[in-house]
Amino acid sequence: MVHDIPDRLPPAATVGVWGWIRANLLCPWYNALLTAGSLYLIWRAVVPFWNWAVVNASISLDPAVAKQHSGAAWGFLREMWPVFMTGIYPAEERWRPLLALCLVLVMVGLTLLRPLRRATWLRAAWLATHLLVFAIIRGGGFTGLPAVGTHYWGGLMLTILLASVAMIAAFPISILLALGRTSNMPIARPFCVAYIELIRGVPLITILFMASVVLPLFLPSNMELDKLLRAMVGITMFFSAYLAENIRGGLQGLSRGQYEAADALGMSYWQKIRVVILPQALRIVIPPMVNNFIGILKDTSLVGIVGLVDLLQIAFATTSNPKWFGRLEEAYVFIAFWYWVLCFGLSSYSQHLERKIPSAGK
Amino acid sequence: MTEHSAPPRVPFWRSPTGRAWAFQAVMLGSFLWLAVSMYRNTLENLKTRGIGSGFGFLHSEAGFRIGEATGIPLPQGGFLYFLISLAVGLFLSRILARHLKARNEAPLETGWFGLCLLLSIGLPTATLYIFRDSVEIAHYTESSSYIMALATGLANTLKVAVIGCVASTFLGLFIALGRLSPNWLLSRLCRWYVELNRNLPVLMQLFFWYFVVFQELPGVKQSIDLGGWIILNKRGLFLPGLVPQQGAWLFVAALITALCGCWLVLRRAKRMRDETGEPGKRLVPCLLLMLGLPSLAWLAGGTPFLLDFPVLKGFNYSGGMGLTPEFTALVVGLTVYVSAFNAEIIRSGIEAVSRGQREAARALAMNERQVMRIVILPQAMRVIVPPMTSEYLAIAKNSSLAVAIGYPEFVSVGGTILNQSGQAVEIVGIWMGVYLCISLCISFAMNMYNARIALVER
Repeated sequence: MVHDIPDRLPPAATVGVWGWIRANLLCPWYNALLTAGSLYLIWRAVVPFWNWAVVNASISLDPAVAKQHSGAAWGFLREMWPVFMTGIYPAEERWRPLLALCLVLVMVGLTLLRPLRRATWLRAAWLATHLLVFAIIRGGGFTGLPAVGTHYWGGLMLTILLASVAMIAAFPISILLALGRTSNMPIARPFCVAYIELIRGVPLITILFMASVVLPLFLPSNMELDKLLRAMVGITMFFSAYLAENIRGGLQGLSRGQYEAADALGMSYWQKIRVVILPQALRIVIPPMVNNFIGILKDTSLVGIVGLVDLLQIAFATTSNPKWFGRLEEAYVFIAFWYWVLCFGLSSYSQHLERKIPSAGK
Repeated sequence: MTEHSAPPRVPFWRSPTGRAWAFQAVMLGSFLWLAVSMYRNTLENLKTRGIGSGFGFLHSEAGFRIGEATGIPLPQGGFLYFLISLAVGLFLSRILARHLKARNEAPLETGWFGLCLLLSIGLPTATLYIFRDSVEIAHYTESSSYIMALATGLANTLKVAVIGCVASTFLGLFIALGRLSPNWLLSRLCRWYVELNRNLPVLMQLFFWYFVVFQELPGVKQSIDLGGWIILNKRGLFLPGLVPQQGAWLFVAALITALCGCWLVLRRAKRMRDETGEPGKRLVPCLLLMLGLPSLAWLAGGTPFLLDFPVLKGFNYSGGMGLTPEFTALVVGLTVYVSAFNAEIIRSGIEAVSRGQREAARALAMNERQVMRIVILPQAMRVIVPPMTSEYLAIAKNSSLAVAIGYPEFVSVGGTILNQSGQAVEIVGIWMGVYLCISLCISFAMNMYNARIALVER
């Protein structure tokens, strides 16, 4: 005997909005407590911020009007945001960093186009871009633009510049260090190990102090190094050690067979490294290298301690201005926004790469 | 390789070994040249600038004020005896353990273990107790030497690093558990906490806590007061302090003894369970020890500690334990920043344990607590410990950012000395040497712990 069992709807309590809320927020009882606690925390954090940033805020460019409001004075940022971007770079020359930025963005866009990625001219153009960006921002010489000394550079421009230069300069150094550390050369290996471990064992700030105070002592007395250049040397030294460890991870991630196969084909050492090893090893370590770059970007904020005016120090420079005295909160919100967007964007990109790039084993 | 297939001799500049040696010779030569020329330049530059060299300046008078001078026990008198007896005790007990192991006697089975414990813990404690009056605690004053100033800075650095490590681990653990919780809202909240904190530079966070949060706090008269226990205002954070009384030594000794006793009881219980399957008694003896010994000491030696509450006197609070805004901002900033990283490390460690492990444990009828404690955590720890080590190193190194908010730690004291004496090479050398030592110590300790919990492969 066959009974037809009529279809039944699922219990109302597990589907729909209410079911989702029950399952994820309310059941069992301690989950409800956690939800209430989280709501309280969010409430305590968001409401004062909302009141400060929106309800009681003013957007007037006049500081006198802003003083009548208890909240944020966004007029300060409306007036000062170019200073946050470029520091005390002369106002009438600000189009030059903008042009440089556009140039880099165009290059990035071209690189992202798939058919162009392997074009040789694009690589040459990238090399030229670095020099061109420097020439546009620095001016003087053959460019015919008025020269702007490095002590005028600042703000977000300086932060990004420091991080990029450190990354670009540290890259070849760190490849050599990583190769030296994984080689079996009896003199070169201990050198590389000592350098990497020494640098990784000390804080960046001591290296920056070394670069800014001790480095001039090491150089011949007639040789003067720019303050910015000294900071760049310090940051590059610091990050080449960390980058070298990442690249070493990539080198060790390759199976021995790759090295042996290259040897069996009669390749020379540099051929083997250039054609077989590095293309594979670097591909594995792109995500950790992006994370490394995020680290550089955040740690460039330390150059303020040795007297450069980067994005973070602009907060002090602009808020000591009598017109907008003490508007530190607004400045920090703006700075935090930039740092966060850059770092979060990059870390999302590295996570995306991690999913896309097959790991070494496959 | 047989004889006849031996490769033909290649000239040395074509052979990889020869090239490697030539390359290294060039490298060594250029390094030496660089070092010598740097040395000569430095001597010349120092001469033209009239700056001395050598470490002799460290003995001269410092002359500047350090706002927060942590006391440093001088290695002389009682403290020296304590250090000696500690070394002797550890050395003797190590020899004893070796000896017992060589004779194939399990050291824990016999009364020898008690002797070991007595030697390594009892002996130093007893020495410290006997010579307690001759332990000199040096406090930095303006007339102290530069060495003393640097030592005070180092003590401050270590203080911040230790507190930061412990606090950020616990905060990170809570955030990680929050992220793993099935509660949607809580896990989102924890996720955004992590994303917010790890994507902002730590120096900026320190500035935020110091220049924004502490400036927004009410003044002394309108302090935030939590029942007299925690008082927070612009001038800092005030907590009740413990004032040791007559019986404090006895009380602390009893507490240490009780802790050691508990450890022994737990070990014994575990061994009994492994050997006989009977769960050994744990709770009652431990409770008895932990409550009994200290309260006996309390009865015998009188009240060990008095609580000293901060009270408003004139324009500021005095008494109790006052933490300056610089210290509080530094510790809070570092803790919050690093806890975001720690949370991610702990979360990924727990998620790295495969689902099958949890399901198998549940199938063995373990309850949730047992699953976590016996199955998940020991496996997760193997993934967690190595990256945690680098986070602890990061705290020790990042504490040097205190120089930017004026907390007198090692780098900032060194910076002051550098400005006064101009001896940059020596100061930077001291900085690097000391931080290297700290880093090596942390790495060493964590590697030892890691070796203990690492997978023992057959």
